[in-house]
Amino acid sequence: MEQLKTIGRELAMGSQGGFGQSKEFLELVKSIGEARSKAEEDRIVLHEIETLKRRISEPDIPKRKMKEFIIRLVYIEMLGHDASFGYIHAVKMTHDDTLLLKRTGYLAVTLFLNDDHDLIILIVNTIQKDLKSDNYLIVCAALNAVCRLINDETIPAVLPQVVDLLGHQKEAVRKKAIMALHRFYHKSPSSVSHLFSNFRKRLCDNDPGVMGATLCPLFDLITVDVNSYKDLVLSFVSILKQVAERRLPKGYDYHQMPAPFIQIRLLKILALLGSSDKIASEKMYTVVGDIFRKCDSMSNIGNAVLYECICCVSSIYPNPKLLEAAADVISRFLKSDSHNLKYMGIDALGRLIKISPEIAEQHQLAVIDCLEDPDDTLKRKTFELLYKMTKSSNVEVIVDRMIDYMISINDNHYKTYIASRCVELAEQFAPSNHWFIQTMNKVFEHAGDLVNIKVAHNLMRLIAEGFGEDDDAADSQLRSSAVESYLRIIGEPKLPSVFLQVICWVFGEYGTADGKYSASYITGKLCDVAEAYSNDETVKAYAVTALMKIYAFEIASGRKVDMLPECQSLVEELSASHSTDLQQRAYELQAVVSLDAHAVESIMPLDASCEDIEIDKNLSFLNSYVQQSLENGAQPYIPESQRSGVLDISNFRSQDQPEASMHGLRFEAYELPKAPLTSRTPPASVAPSTELIPVPEPSYSRETHQVASVPSISDAGSTELRLRLDGVQRKWGKPTYSSPTSSTSNASQSTSNGVTQVDSAANVNSKARNTHDSRKPQAEITPEKQKLAASLFGGPSKTEKRPTSASHKVAKASSHAAEKSQAPKAAVVSNQATLEKINHQPPPDLLDLGEPTVTNSAPSVDPFKQLEGLLDPTQVTSTVNHGAVGATETPDIMALYVGTPAGGQSSSAENSLPSNSYDVNLTSELSTLTSGATNAGATLPTQFTKGPNPKDALEKDALVRQMGVTPSSQNPNLFSDLLG
Amino acid sequence: MIRSVMVMNTQGKPRLAKFYDFQTVEKQQELIRSVFGVLCSRAENVSNFLDATSIFGPDSSLVYKHYATLYFVLVFDSSENELAMLDLIQVFVETLDKCFKNVCELDIVFNYSKIHTILDEMIFGGQVLETSSTELVKAVEEISRLESASNSITLVPKSVSGWWNR
Repeated sequence: MEQLKTIGRELAMGSQGGFGQSKEFLELVKSIGEARSKAEEDRIVLHEIETLKRRISEPDIPKRKMKEFIIRLVYIEMLGHDASFGYIHAVKMTHDDTLLLKRTGYLAVTLFLNDDHDLIILIVNTIQKDLKSDNYLIVCAALNAVCRLINDETIPAVLPQVVDLLGHQKEAVRKKAIMALHRFYHKSPSSVSHLFSNFRKRLCDNDPGVMGATLCPLFDLITVDVNSYKDLVLSFVSILKQVAERRLPKGYDYHQMPAPFIQIRLLKILALLGSSDKIASEKMYTVVGDIFRKCDSMSNIGNAVLYECICCVSSIYPNPKLLEAAADVISRFLKSDSHNLKYMGIDALGRLIKISPEIAEQHQLAVIDCLEDPDDTLKRKTFELLYKMTKSSNVEVIVDRMIDYMISINDNHYKTYIASRCVELAEQFAPSNHWFIQTMNKVFEHAGDLVNIKVAHNLMRLIAEGFGEDDDAADSQLRSSAVESYLRIIGEPKLPSVFLQVICWVFGEYGTADGKYSASYITGKLCDVAEAYSNDETVKAYAVTALMKIYAFEIASGRKVDMLPECQSLVEELSASHSTDLQQRAYELQAVVSLDAHAVESIMPLDASCEDIEIDKNLSFLNSYVQQSLENGAQPYIPESQRSGVLDISNFRSQDQPEASMHGLRFEAYELPKAPLTSRTPPASVAPSTELIPVPEPSYSRETHQVASVPSISDAGSTELRLRLDGVQRKWGKPTYSSPTSSTSNASQSTSNGVTQVDSAANVNSKARNTHDSRKPQAEITPEKQKLAASLFGGPSKTEKRPTSASHKVAKASSHAAEKSQAPKAAVVSNQATLEKINHQPPPDLLDLGEPTVTNSAPSVDPFKQLEGLLDPTQVTSTVNHGAVGATETPDIMALYVGTPAGGQSSSAENSLPSNSYDVNLTSELSTLTSGATNAGATLPTQFTKGPNPKDALEKDALVRQMGVTPSSQNPNLFSDLLG
Repeated sequence: MIRSVMVMNTQGKPRLAKFYDFQTVEKQQELIRSVFGVLCSRAENVSNFLDATSIFGPDSSLVYKHYATLYFVLVFDSSENELAMLDLIQVFVETLDKCFKNVCELDIVFNYSKIHTILDEMIFGGQVLETSSTELVKAVEEISRLESASNSITLVPKSVSGWWNR
C-alpha cells in the first residue's frame, strides 16, 4: 500500500532522463502492488507475460517501446517468473547501435543468461566489436557483459581486446578492464597467467582508482602464492602510507576518511604478506601503528579500517606495541553500544587470543554480555569465540551454554553445527566420564538426528573402553551410570534414532553387568524400544542384538533364561521380517538361546566388545587338507606376484596359504616394496589383513593397526596380524581425534595414570594383564587420551570454578608437561617397560610413565581380606615391586611431593570414601607416591582402596578366571573406582 | 567478493536482485525468500550482520540495512570487511537519494534500469568499483545524458512527445 501513496508522486515526477517508463509498466507495477494474494499477483504477471509474448514479436516496434518491453521482462523475471521467451530479443538488442538500447540489451542479457547459455554465441561477436568502440560507455557496457557472460572457453576471444583496454585513456575503462581480467582469473586462472605482470604495472597507474582496483586481483594472487609477491611489500606499505597521510585527491575521501576501501584492501594484503614473515612484518609496523592512531573511531568506516588493522596485526609477526593498540581498540569495540561494533570486537578478540590469550580475561564480562544478548548473530559469534577459548577449566560452562542455546533454536543448519561443536569440545576437554556421558546424552536427545553417526559410535566405544584410565572399576561405574541415565531417558517419547541405537547397545553390553538390574527388566525395556520405534529397522536391529547379548550373558553365568512373552513375540515377528538383517538377527538370537552355557560363553563373552578376535592368518588348520590335495596331484599355489596372468579371484581365494604369508611381508613392506600389495582387490572373506578391511576411515584403521601391533610384537614376539571383527564399533572411526600416531600406548596411558593414580595402583594387576594379553584395544584410545590431556592444559584458565578441580588440574598439567618433554623417548621406554613387566621386573624408573605393574603381589588375594586390610593396613603386605612401581607410575614432576609425608592410614581412609572427588584423588596420588618412593616393600596404604561394590569386583575376578587368564600372578580387579 | 545485492521491501517483494554468480530464476527466488525470512524475524537494535552460511553456503556473510520500507542486503565472502560493506550500502542509498531526491521504494520500482546502472557503476563483477556517491552520480548523469542524446537522433518524435507529455 506504500506504493499507492506515492503513485501520484511518480506520475508527477515524469520521466527522468532516459529512464522513464510507460503507463503500462506503471499499471503493471501498481496492480501487482495492489494484489492481495500471491495467486492474484501470479495471475497478473501471467497476463503480462501473455501480452509481452504477443507484442514483443510484432514487427516494427519502436525502439523505445522495445526497450520498455525488455525492462518489463527483467522485472517479471525478478518476480520469479519465466521470461525466457524474450531472451532472444534482449540478445538482439545488444546488436543495436544506439547507446540506450545497447546498454539495456546488455543489462538484460547479464541478468538473464548464464555463461554457458546457448545464446552467448550470438553475443560474443558483438562484445568483441563493442570493446573496440570509440564510445567509452559502450566499452563499459561490453566489459560489464564480459564479466558475466564470458566463460573459460570464450575468454581467448575477448582477452586481447580487454588487455588493450588496460591502456585506455579513460580511467573508468582501465578500472573495469582490470576487474574483467580479475574475473577471468576467477573463472580460469591459467587463461590470464601470462598477464600477472600487468597487474603489477597497473599498481603504478596515475589514477588512484585504477590502483585501488588492481588491489583486488593482487589480493587473490597473493592469497594463492605469497612468496612471489614479497618484493611488493615496500610498495604496498608506501601506498598505504600515502593514503593514510591524505596524499590522494579529496574525491577519494569517504566520511573524512582517506580512501578507506583502499586502506582496507591494502591491510588485507599486508596481513597475507606479513604472515609468519618477520622481516616483511617489520616493514609494516610503523604504518599500521600510524593508522591505529589516525583512524577516526567515531565513524563506521573508521572502525572498519581499525578492525582490518587488528586482523593485520594478528596475522603478521607479533609486535607488542601493535598488539596493545589492537587490544585497546577491541575493548573500545566491546564497550560500545553498537551491536555491530560488539560483533566486530568479538570477532577481533577471536583473532587476537591466538597470539595473546591473556587479553580475553579482561573482557570476560563483555563477552558474557554478548552471550546473553538477544541478537542471534552476536550470540553465534560469541560462541565461536568461546569455542576458540575453551579449556578444560571452562569446558563445562561453555558446553552447557552451547547446549542450552542449541535447544532453544530451530535452525537445523546451525543446530547441527553447534551440536558438532559441543561434541568436539566434550570429546576434547571432558573433565570426567560422567560429565561426558551426560553431555552426550543431552546432545543426542536434542539434536540426535543432526549429529554425525560417528559421534554415536565414539560414545559407544568410549563407554566400552572407558576413558582409558587404567581402571576397570572406574569403567564399570561409568557403564553403570550410563545404563542408569539411559533407563531414565528411555521413557521419554520420540528419541532420535541414533540415540536409541546407543542406548540399545549399552543395554545389551552393560545392562545387567553390575547386577543392579535383572535381565528381565532390561530385556523388557529393550522390547519396549523395539515396539515403540517399530518403523526404525536399525533401532530394532540394535535392540535384538542387545537382547541376544543379555540372554547370552545370562546363560553363560549359569542362570536360567526365561524369555519374556513380549520378547518371544518380538523375535517371532522379526523372524518373519521383510528385512533379512532383522531376520538373521532374530534367528541367531533363537539359536544362541538354545545353546549350552559353555558354547554361549565362547560366542558371546561378557564385556568383550573391545576384544580382538584372533584370526589364524596362516590358516594352519587347513595345512593337512592342502597337503592331502597336493598328494592327490593338485597344483601347488603360486603366489600372485609370481603369476603373470590376470588376477583370478577364485584361484586367489582358494589358495590361502601363500597368500597369508605375503601378509607376513607386510611388516617390512616399507623398506622392501616389492610385493604389489596395493594392486590387489581385497579378498572378500578369507584372511583379510587389517589394512584391507573396507573400513570407512582407512587412516584410522592404519593408526589402530600400528598402535595395536606394537605390544603384540613386543610381548609375544609373534608377527601375526589380528583381525578386528568383533564389533562394529571397531571399524567406526573417530575423526575428531586427530592425534598423531607417534603417541605411543604407554606414554599416554601414563597420562591417565597421572589422573587416576589411586585406582590404577589398586588395579594394577588386572591392568597389567590386560595390556599384555587381550586388551589390545586399550592401546588405541591413547591418541585421544593424549589429546585429552594436552587440551586440558592449553593455557591459563579463564575462570576457575572449583578449587578442587583446579588443583587436580595442576597435577595433571605437570604430568602432561613431563610426558610431553619425553614424548620421543616414551615410545622406546614404554616398550621396554612392557617387556620388563612380562619378566616381572618393573624398574623404579621415575621417568617411565608406563603403566603400573604389580606383578608379584598377593596372587590369590581375597577381596574380604582386602576389606580387613582397610581396618589394619599392616596386615596387607606387598612386595618390593609394588612400591617401586608406585614410583614408576607417578610423573616425575610429582616427585616434588615426595617429601610430603602422607600417612598411609589417613590416605586409606580418604580412599575409602565412595564419593571421591578430585582433591581426594590428588592426595591419594601423593600417598601412592610417597609410599612408593619411601617404603618400598613395607606397608602399602594404596592397597586399601576399597571399592564401594566388592560384589562387582568379585564378579570381575570370576570373569578374569573365566577368560582363561591364570590368576596366580594376577591381582584381580578388586577395587572399585573411587572416581565419580 | 560480493556475491549478491538485493533490495526487498518489508513484505518480502524483491525490488532489485543482482547475483554476481549465476543463479537460476528459481534459486534466486528461493534465496530471496530465505533471506527475507531471516530478516523479518530480526528485532530492531540488533547488529546488521547475519551468518549466511545456511542460505548461501560456506564462507558467506550477509549485511543488511533497513531503510523505511526497504531492506538493502549485501552478501559477500570473507575477503570483504563487514563494516565496510555496511558503508557500501550507505553509499548506494546516498547515491540513490541524490539521483532521485528523497528516494522511496517506488523510485526503485519505476527506475529499474537506472538503479541497475548505478549499481553497475558501484560494484563491478563482484568487486567494489567506486565508493564516492558524488562520483557515482556524475557517472550516472553522464550516461543518461549520452543516452538521451543518442536517443533524440533515432527516436520518432511523435512517440517522444507522447512520452514526455504524459
